[in-house]
Amino acid sequence: MVVTTSWYLALAAVLFSMGAVGLLTRRNPLIMIMCVELMLNAVNLTFVSLGSELGDLGGQLSVFFVLVVAASEVVVGLAVIVAIMRRRQGATVDDLSVLRG
Amino acid sequence: MDAAVFLISAAIVLAGAGGVLVARNPVHAALFLVQTLFGVAVLFVLQDATFLAAVQVIVYAGAVVILFLFVIMLLGVDRAEDLGVEPIVGQRPVAAVVGASLLGMLLIALLVSVDGPTGAHGANAPLGDAADNTRRLGEALFTDYVFAVELTAILLTVAVIGAVVLARRVRGPLAPLPIVVVTSVADDGAQGDDGTPDVTGVTGGDDEGEGA
Repeated sequence: MVVTTSWYLALAAVLFSMGAVGLLTRRNPLIMIMCVELMLNAVNLTFVSLGSELGDLGGQLSVFFVLVVAASEVVVGLAVIVAIMRRRQGATVDDLSVLRG
Repeated sequence: MDAAVFLISAAIVLAGAGGVLVARNPVHAALFLVQTLFGVAVLFVLQDATFLAAVQVIVYAGAVVILFLFVIMLLGVDRAEDLGVEPIVGQRPVAAVVGASLLGMLLIALLVSVDGPTGAHGANAPLGDAADNTRRLGEALFTDYVFAVELTAILLTVAVIGAVVLARRVRGPLAPLPIVVVTSVADDGAQGDDGTPDVTGVTGGDDEGEGA
């Protein structure tokens, strides 16, 4: 059995959808950021597999930049969560509707 | 052989993702996330992207998840969360429908088009073999993509400064910034040494001498 690119793409699609479902169902902001990470990993997997399918280094280079953006997104997102949680212990995203302008 | 490795690591990836979805405790979710990230790293190795596999383990599992765990411990939210209640009525069925349709559309789009119009091979930067991977990536990053690399350096600097500014515990004249929320919830635990507005009145002057 030969592993073709389609296998990786199917796995990435499943992983992305699971991340999206988690983002829609969970209320804990930390776990929501983790679900965003799942979706980013699915996209990274797509980049790498299409890059090796097409024999191009561009896919892996894109993954490199996605990694950097994901790291900075996590840093800022966690800082926001720390700032919010310090004022409201155990806040969920539903409680943050008070932020509406 | 490849198929066996792929199937095992795909099972690991999907089990980890499912764990993140259903874990009650945020610490467990973070550990399931590590499992998924390791599985993806194995898949990277399987595709000869060895440098990215190493970066995946070091940066994601080693830095990002540790950051998650630090925040969980710092905030003390490492307790089980009740998943039984559904906060918004009908949220989960709708999310399931949305996820299933997203999956269907993605599968159709990805699997139909992979041999289709995107089948042209890139002439831009050829992909070497696994032993050559890191050198080629480094050469491409620091020649053709050097401007983007510098931009990511700026992005990381801005993110670090932003994180420090956001998470800083403000005392002194800037204190009563967004803290209006406290009035409605301050009575739930009385655990507030954290930046409630009256801190400035009580302890003002311990930091820069210009408190209150």
